[in-house]
Amino acid sequence: MRITRYAAAAAAAGLLLAGCASEAGNQAEDAAENTAEVETDVEFDAGTTMAELNEAGAITVGTKFDQPGFGLLNPQTREPEGFDVEIAKIIAAKLGIDADDITWTETVSANREPFIQNGQVDIVVATYTINDTRKQVVDFAGPYYEAGQDIMVAKGNPEGIEGPDDLAGKTVCSVEGSTPAQNIREKYPEAQLTTYDVYSKCADDLKNGNVQAVTTDNVILTGLIAGSPDDFELVGSPFTEEPYGIGLMKGDDDFRSFINDVLEESFEDGSWADAWDRTAGSVSGQEAPEPPSVDRY
Amino acid sequence: MSFLADNFTLLRDAFLTTLALAVVSGICALVLGTLLTAMRVSPVKPLRGAAVFYVEVFRNTPLTVVFFFLAFGIVEIDLQFPTRFITAVAALSLYTAAFVSEALRSGINSVPPGQAEAARALGLDFRQTLTSVVLPQAFRTVVPPLGNVWIALAKNTSIAAGFAVTELAAALVRLTNQNADQLLVVFLAIVAAYLVITLPSAWLIGVIERRTAILR
Repeated sequence: MRITRYAAAAAAAGLLLAGCASEAGNQAEDAAENTAEVETDVEFDAGTTMAELNEAGAITVGTKFDQPGFGLLNPQTREPEGFDVEIAKIIAAKLGIDADDITWTETVSANREPFIQNGQVDIVVATYTINDTRKQVVDFAGPYYEAGQDIMVAKGNPEGIEGPDDLAGKTVCSVEGSTPAQNIREKYPEAQLTTYDVYSKCADDLKNGNVQAVTTDNVILTGLIAGSPDDFELVGSPFTEEPYGIGLMKGDDDFRSFINDVLEESFEDGSWADAWDRTAGSVSGQEAPEPPSVDRY
Repeated sequence: MSFLADNFTLLRDAFLTTLALAVVSGICALVLGTLLTAMRVSPVKPLRGAAVFYVEVFRNTPLTVVFFFLAFGIVEIDLQFPTRFITAVAALSLYTAAFVSEALRSGINSVPPGQAEAARALGLDFRQTLTSVVLPQAFRTVVPPLGNVWIALAKNTSIAAGFAVTELAAALVRLTNQNADQLLVVFLAIVAAYLVITLPSAWLIGVIERRTAILR
């Protein structure tokens, strides 16, 4: 997925240039009105990570700075905004930490594990797919969101593409070397795959009619659509599963259970759906999905 | 080794694509570059001006920008190349022609003016003077710089990887992302494939250089 993320970074940069700053501005206002209520009177068992963080009154969170809807740096406030950011704020609030006392550190796909292992961040909420390779070196709370490979088509879906099977005989664009591209090659060989080095070129090609669809994680596609909502739309039927989890130090089972409890609570009391509507939901125009079930492995 | 065998088709196709890009663009660039040089030494002022303008524009524009313009820029004026391969050939040819033209011009400058004057005195017109007297001598002196341009072109084809042409650099990206444990093998295979194109070229350029050397 590494390449996918880099491509997303490039795509996001393109989006910024295309002028979605006003979108980010709106998001900032919305977010300011609706931050989770900070717990003032919480007790944790001595020696746990929760107690340490509560004592310090501060937490360092790793997130993406280039992913519209999930973690995108607002150039005016110098703070990231998005769904991942809101999730981190919910967790911090339950630890008794004010949103202003969160230190945001940019994590990219390549440095998430080392940042957790070296203690440079306390948690990572950064469109971080849970998988077994990563579980060898870090632990995951969650998932708090289930992403998946989806398809983006021209506005109005002129080709009538409803899912990956409809891609047969159609030209579809993705990024060379990415997992989604490989997925198409292996599972849908009848689709004609065009590969660029970044997704913004795919979007250009879709706009000028050279390809009929673009495919990658729905989260990235959502970011592209946010940049040109009049040109693109999401098919909206993910066909792979990319569960996003919260990365933390391996072996810190108490902290992991605590975050899982916080997530489940947020699923139930509506703060999760509320966070979605204010961030990723407002970018994509999609309603909050059913929350995933937490995996307490 | 079984890894290379498994991906043989991809590597072979990528190699042939790189080779085709280089050869087709090389021929186009040579033709266009020669034409540009002829314009630069012609007696018609507007032609000279146009050629200078062309060379300065393409010589001073990064190749990636040329690619981007041809792939996504000209769409704005409702133009498009039929395939991405042709887009890549066009970008590489237009770009390389500027360098070919400059190399050839240096060759023409090295032909003593007396040669052209003698040709004119014999009654040859401009075209005849150029094609039968000046250019044949100019080409001989520019074999080494043209060889440089050719090798640079062979490597510049890798830019096409970013523009939907699956050549060697694209194969490198694809294979390294899927086979993190085989990085060295993939890397060596791709480098070897480029060397298969450039090393024999260097040798051939040397041979041509010796065969055509002017004894002065």
